[in-house]
Amino acid sequence: MSSSPDKLVYMANQIGKFFHSQGHERAVQGISEHIWKFWDPRMRKQIFAHLDAGGAGLEPDVLDALLKLRQQA
Amino acid sequence: MSLIQETDFGTPKSKSETMVTLTIDGNQITVPEGTSIMRAAMEAGTQIPKLCATDMVDAFGSCRLCLVEIEGRAGTPASCTTPVMPGLIVHTQSERLKKLRKGVMELYISDHPLDCLTCAANGDCELQDMAGAVGLRDVRYGYEGENHVFAKSHGCENDNWMPKDESNPYFTYDPSKCIVCSRCVRACEEVQGTFALTISGRGFDSRVSPGMNESFLGSECVSCGACVQACPTATLTEKSVIEIGQPEHSVVTTCAYCGVGCAFKAEMRGEEVVRMVPWKDGKANRGHSCVKGRFAWGYTTHKERILKPMIRERIEDPWQEVSWDEALNFAAAKFKGIQQKYGRDAVGGITSSRCTNEETYLVQKLIRAGFGNNNVDTCARVCHSPTGYGLSQTYGTSAGTQDFDSVEDTDVVLIIGANPASAHPVFASRLKKRLRQGARLIVIDPRRTEMVESPHVKALHLPLMPGTNVAVLTALAHVIVTEGLADEAFVRERCDWSEFEDWAAFVAQDKHSPEATANMTGVDPKALREAARIYATGGNGAIYYGLGVTEHSQGSTTVIAIANLAMVTGNIGRPGVGVNPLRGQNNVQGSCDMGSFPHELPGYRHIAGDAVREQFEAMWNVKLNNEPGLRIPNMFDAAIEGSFMGLYVQGEDILQSDPNTKHVVAALSAMECVIVHDLFLNETANYAHVFLPGSTFLEKDGTFTNAERRIQRVRKVMTPLNGYADWEVTIMLGKAMGFTMNYSHPSEIMDEIAALTPTFAGVSYAKLDELGSVQWPCNEKAPEGTPVMHIGGFVRGKGKFILTEYIATDERTGPRYPLLLTTGRILSQYNVGAQTRRTENVVWHAEDRLEIHPHDAEQRGVRDGDWVRLASRAGETTLRAEITDRVAPGVVYTTFHHPDTQANVITTDFSDWATNCPEYKVTAVQISPSNGPSDWQKAYDEQARNSRRIAPVVEAAE
Repeated sequence: MSSSPDKLVYMANQIGKFFHSQGHERAVQGISEHIWKFWDPRMRKQIFAHLDAGGAGLEPDVLDALLKLRQQA
Repeated sequence: MSLIQETDFGTPKSKSETMVTLTIDGNQITVPEGTSIMRAAMEAGTQIPKLCATDMVDAFGSCRLCLVEIEGRAGTPASCTTPVMPGLIVHTQSERLKKLRKGVMELYISDHPLDCLTCAANGDCELQDMAGAVGLRDVRYGYEGENHVFAKSHGCENDNWMPKDESNPYFTYDPSKCIVCSRCVRACEEVQGTFALTISGRGFDSRVSPGMNESFLGSECVSCGACVQACPTATLTEKSVIEIGQPEHSVVTTCAYCGVGCAFKAEMRGEEVVRMVPWKDGKANRGHSCVKGRFAWGYTTHKERILKPMIRERIEDPWQEVSWDEALNFAAAKFKGIQQKYGRDAVGGITSSRCTNEETYLVQKLIRAGFGNNNVDTCARVCHSPTGYGLSQTYGTSAGTQDFDSVEDTDVVLIIGANPASAHPVFASRLKKRLRQGARLIVIDPRRTEMVESPHVKALHLPLMPGTNVAVLTALAHVIVTEGLADEAFVRERCDWSEFEDWAAFVAQDKHSPEATANMTGVDPKALREAARIYATGGNGAIYYGLGVTEHSQGSTTVIAIANLAMVTGNIGRPGVGVNPLRGQNNVQGSCDMGSFPHELPGYRHIAGDAVREQFEAMWNVKLNNEPGLRIPNMFDAAIEGSFMGLYVQGEDILQSDPNTKHVVAALSAMECVIVHDLFLNETANYAHVFLPGSTFLEKDGTFTNAERRIQRVRKVMTPLNGYADWEVTIMLGKAMGFTMNYSHPSEIMDEIAALTPTFAGVSYAKLDELGSVQWPCNEKAPEGTPVMHIGGFVRGKGKFILTEYIATDERTGPRYPLLLTTGRILSQYNVGAQTRRTENVVWHAEDRLEIHPHDAEQRGVRDGDWVRLASRAGETTLRAEITDRVAPGVVYTTFHHPDTQANVITTDFSDWATNCPEYKVTAVQISPSNGPSDWQKAYDEQARNSRRIAPVVEAAE
């Protein structure tokens, strides 16, 4: 976890793991809401940039949640 | 101002609701059944002479001074042990009683030194008072006979005489002044629950004995001070009283140590504190105290306190002492420069959980409104942020549900990841009292803590592997659901039923059973099933938890699991039950309430909410940023990355207290301006450019909010040695930056908080003065506050069950790091030790030790007391080993009170998924023998010494 996108990917996936047991739809809602509520804009910008670069390493629930969040933004 | 005299009613209050009327000295009085005649008389205003009775402990009936006459009854019963009965006619004074009492006093005084003028208790001696009260004028027996008073009698050594025991750093035991009333012994048992004292011998040989005739320091004594407070003579006396003399005035204030929030009388002589005495009307502590609050306040005048502002361009430079103006202008120019260069969001601040609500509120206001961003966080980030998240998701509010009095109605206590005996000692004493009355105790903790086994306490202990809380709690839920122990009526009425059904189906899965999870958790399934049954069916069940719950990568999940357990068993919404986070610092609750989190305004309202934000904008007359700011760990990352360059830290030592010290060092080193506002040159100050001297809790007005949501006054008893209270410094810093805040007293700040925060709407200094304290929510609906929350329904409406899947932390043991390190606290030290290390408390704990199981120690060739190297993936340090089976094989434990150990060099970057609260409680480590400090420790020490240099002041040339 040295470079920043890796760390943010790790954090996003960690959030994803909590919501995973609630099923895909609720997980996507939960993850996107959580990131919107608690992440500072520069962190969101970085993870969106990572998303644009292919979103390597992001779990499926998390990927969908970030796409949804960016649409809303 | 005068000395606050608290009435001693002689025996404890009766809780009975049945009233009894009797006549005492011709006056009718009505009191609750079970009240003693002594107490009834005192309530009517008549003080019956007494020595062995005091209302903090049960009646004992040994001194025979409180005798009374009751019409129709033979003899002269002791009024302390005789309960009231309807229609009794009592006389407290008669010729017969006068004669008897005088005879008793005569015997006492015949074996007591007559050095009243030079005695430390002169002016505060109940023996002296009673001699006066009974009119003792002569001692017919003389003083020459057998006695405990003189070292020599008739030219020979007096075997009955014992020298003073000065071993305790805070109080003296002088056996020659002891009247063997047993008040100290009973206070140790009944109030503190330690049972360190006893009476050895019989009759004339009876002596107060710590342990088996040991010294106080050598015994089990925990130096809580209850015995000193109970002593009616100068036998047990504070050394400060011996040195200074009796206080002349006192002020009620609130302790600045842990989250229990004990109320104390600061007993003063001028501006000098003579002693701190727990206040009986304090609703958190009910007249009790611990070694920290009672005695460890010497740091407030310690010579290492920094009293002048200091600045420097580079952290390699020595500090320059400057005027307040120069320091503030220097800091303001730096911060403004950083914002110009890197953008508005490149600075931020950390509020202190040790400062007052008002001070915390001002710091977040300065950041949000003055700096123009929301980069504000507080040390709760690294302790109880998961509590905030978990409880607000499930119940709708971020706080404990009960008051401490609630424990008196509890039948089953479930403690998870907390060690109140060490970290919340006054609450632990209240809890142990209830346990001795028969309540049952379950402890879930990797370590056999002091709570698991102590005199008259034996817990059902579930020693789990660190990091498996969620698996254990979900297994408890599994047992409750699958064995049909759920309180269905409660759940149907108060909770969302369909969410409950989802949750019940989830926990009922076989994979969550105690048997299936035992492999990971290490907990005996039978014991776990028993614990679940006791909690679910044993009457009022209350959960108390601490940082062993929150400081994990699944901290928030664990809090949710706890909330689920309380809901499924109906243990919420009345006295005796509930979910009770034990807060670490004095004002963690308050600092969270005051909007210290980057995403929330005061009262836990998200910054993106327009309606709420606009209220603040109108009051503060400024446009606020509607985006959440950086949390502490995010600030560090952003600093290393180059987008966060200035930090204002009030009353918090992030370098010592935050995990992965090397990472914190890198972050602080990357910043262009770090402002430390503190009492001492703490570890963080080694990387600071501006040092603003802070003030102690004795030097300012304000409020603290304890773990029960109780808002209590902090009252100024002395002028700030540094010149300004912390709230004044924050105002001055704002002014230097061009942001004006106008307050002439902290009460005005509280008025603003009340105007903007619905849960504080009814709070004012006037109300606090009138009621002593209030628990929020305090508003129109609850004008006197709310002792128990969620009565009749949850704050959020329906209680919400949330699934809690166990996900193992990524911090794993392996061949290189085969042991798990977990961390905790010790009674005598507090947090990073900045305060307690600067008191005599170091006699109990001079260094951090590594607890290791004999099996693991033997494998590594480590003996008790040996230096060992403790290494993790993050770093390594050395400290001395203590071999003990309190920890299980495979688990090691240490405290984090001393900067030379730097336990946080070892801890990692892993954190709670929801809040980024660091995972302090689980680190994979290896232990090996060592010869002394590691290279890191040496380099750190060198840097620290270099960084603390203060340049000598050069007198200007003529």
